[in-house]
Amino acid sequence: MTHPSEAGPAPVLSLKDVSKSFGAVRALRDVSLELFPGEVHALAGENGAGKSTLIKTLAGVHRPDAGQVLLDGEPVLFHGPGDARDAGIAVIYQEPTLFPDLSIAENIFMGRQPRRALGRIDHKATHAATLALMQRLGVELDPDRPARGLSIADQQIVEIAKALSFDARVLIMDEPTAALTGSEVARLFGVVRTLREQGSAILFISHRLEEIFQICRRVTTLRDGAWISSEPVDGMTEDDLVRRMVGRDLDELYPKQEVEAGEVALSVRRLTREGVFTDVSFDVRRGEIVGLAGLVGAGRTEVARAVFGIDRWDAGEVDIDGKALTNGAPSTAMAAGLALVPEDRRAQGLVMDMSIERNIGLTGLRTTVKAGLVDRGAERSRSLDWAVRLQVKYARIADTVNTLSGGNQQKVVLAKWLATGPKVLIVDEPTRGIDVGTKAEVHRLLSRLAADGVAVLMISSDLPEILGMADRVLVMHEGRLTAEIPRSEATEESVMAAATGRAAA
Amino acid sequence: MADSTLSRASRGSALKRWDSAVGALLIVVLLLSFTTVDGFGNALNLSFLIGNTLPIALIALPMTLLVVAGEIDLSVASTAGLSGAVMGALWNQGMTIEAIIPICLLLGVVCGLINGLLVTRLGLSSLAVTIGTLAAYRGIAQIVLGSDAVTDFPTQYLDFAAGRIGESFVPQAFLPFLVLLVIAVVALHLTPFGRSLYAIGASEEAARFSGIRVKRQKLVLFTVTGLMASLTGVFWALHYASARFDNATGLELSVVAAVLLGGIDFDGGKGTLGGAIAGVFLLGALQNVMSLQDVSAQSQIVVTGVLLVLSVLGPRVARQISVARAGRRAASAPVPKAPTPVS
Repeated sequence: MTHPSEAGPAPVLSLKDVSKSFGAVRALRDVSLELFPGEVHALAGENGAGKSTLIKTLAGVHRPDAGQVLLDGEPVLFHGPGDARDAGIAVIYQEPTLFPDLSIAENIFMGRQPRRALGRIDHKATHAATLALMQRLGVELDPDRPARGLSIADQQIVEIAKALSFDARVLIMDEPTAALTGSEVARLFGVVRTLREQGSAILFISHRLEEIFQICRRVTTLRDGAWISSEPVDGMTEDDLVRRMVGRDLDELYPKQEVEAGEVALSVRRLTREGVFTDVSFDVRRGEIVGLAGLVGAGRTEVARAVFGIDRWDAGEVDIDGKALTNGAPSTAMAAGLALVPEDRRAQGLVMDMSIERNIGLTGLRTTVKAGLVDRGAERSRSLDWAVRLQVKYARIADTVNTLSGGNQQKVVLAKWLATGPKVLIVDEPTRGIDVGTKAEVHRLLSRLAADGVAVLMISSDLPEILGMADRVLVMHEGRLTAEIPRSEATEESVMAAATGRAAA
Repeated sequence: MADSTLSRASRGSALKRWDSAVGALLIVVLLLSFTTVDGFGNALNLSFLIGNTLPIALIALPMTLLVVAGEIDLSVASTAGLSGAVMGALWNQGMTIEAIIPICLLLGVVCGLINGLLVTRLGLSSLAVTIGTLAAYRGIAQIVLGSDAVTDFPTQYLDFAAGRIGESFVPQAFLPFLVLLVIAVVALHLTPFGRSLYAIGASEEAARFSGIRVKRQKLVLFTVTGLMASLTGVFWALHYASARFDNATGLELSVVAAVLLGGIDFDGGKGTLGGAIAGVFLLGALQNVMSLQDVSAQSQIVVTGVLLVLSVLGPRVARQISVARAGRRAASAPVPKAPTPVS
């Protein structure tokens, strides 16, 4: 295939010198982008680089302050998302929002179902049209199935089908793979290829660099709201791409230090929560980073929640430094020196409407106290201290955390827990959805903590992260611990075999 | 990224402006009333104004904390009524008032504890639970006292509850209220407990993951609310020298209206006690002026209801105006807000 700009076909959608500011924040500066029919185009950049603003500009949510959006070469002005949709532009978000109690077909044709006489809905025609869409995508999904209970991957397929039913020519996919398993990603890519061959233009956003190389032809990179490059993926290396995104050579992504393991800090004995996980036993020593791997739903997060006391356990014991924890009591776990950085930073890790200062302060409500009152001076210096140590990028410490980018939010969660001086730190998906530069920083931090004698339990679905950072890898499969693999023997194959229950490693 | 966050960031300041706006409005209403309403400015009327507003103010203290924590208690007026009814019944039995009052307060603690346990242990919605106990507590009050009205409480207590400090406009009962107000302000705004209430109201899950004992804090709040409601019931019976089963009926509406009017976010996590108290006395002043102008009690309830709706609407409108003024129209454009996501 020749390069489209040489071969002639005009871009179906493009941005020309678009700028957009929010107050003093310049989210986009003179950004240009061309999307050709039949191409999958990657949009790369760190969190806060302007990707979301660019998507929302294309989708008609934002109006550019300067520059133009061109559709088939003609300038257009979208007055809202409806305009963009009518123009054939559809956005598939990371977590689709369907009506759970309606069927797949009803979700797709919501509000515009084929009608029969007297305005009655023609269920047969709706069903048939949905089936046709699914066939076009090469996916088998029953149109009459309710949306409730569909996996995220299936929900995305429904959203894509809905977009096709609007005759979308441009599909914007915002981190569609973030919550998918390996085989689901493969199926999604199959659908993307089908759409590409049918002439759709696809803008693809992902933090997983290997996916960009796998499925995209060209990549446009943004950094701090500015356009950096648009170029073919062929001939680029991951390092090239990272350099364009970060603006410098990245230090090592997995800076694991060798540390002599000390005495056992966290000991989990025969822990069971009925129907969730069974007979889980393991130790984490001071100075160790222990990886906890497994497929989504294997029970890893649930073990962490029970250990910390969010959920109760039915049998077993958890010890910190040899002292047993109370079942179902996060406050006593905290007092014993346990910290949990949860998987969902927006819902669990942070109070989004609260300031950075107060979010970090939440874990110090028992300690930064003078005469029974919150010691505001101590609270502020504690928060400032940790925000600075973790290099959180913020304007004012009193700003709410929802003004921060995802990576910086994650740093605030880490700050709030490191400020408690934990002996045992459990991190659940510590780098999910954060950019590669911040990811390296988080890894360096974990490594340094271990070197300082903290026992770290790291749950992650990112295999290279597990292999790169863990001294030992524990693997869970269907609620049971199925393998414990030392660093020297841990490979993608051995971990995946244990995670899928195929073999004892 | 930047968009939704900016509009949300402005929300806090809009609310802050809202509670100072209510404070300013209170001052304006007072000044207007002093200058234009006959009979408003004399010491006796002002003492009536404050005395009649005290029951609302007393319950508004714990209610503010509850709403900040994302909960509500609609049974407060019934608890007050029950407490008054029990007081009357025991007085008829010949018990001393000094023995009766602690029993009534203990009863309030039990009422609050029942609400709190139903909400925290069974995970029920406080709105539903307390509508239920609203009916139940009032029903028990009627069973206890029937249609009697007990009026012959000891005069020194009646005088305290209805009297003024000398010839001034300040009711004697206002001083104990000030003490309770200070305690509530300190508890909400200066202690770790109060700080945790804001976290619970804004995101209960994140609060739990921060090691905050969410259920315990809520149980404490409901219990204190019950205690304050029964104290209000005792005060009511003495202030109006009448213990009846239907004392304080509908008071919860005034309390909730006043608290929301004062800028406490119904969704939890936002607002200050200063705003809430300004809302209470604004409502009290309006009711007093309406009474002086011979507006019927029924019409006053209409005004209270309208204020309630306006106070929910007001901060939202203020927020939208501030967003629009900042020239971020695009930011608040209808991002397709879909229904509950499939989980």
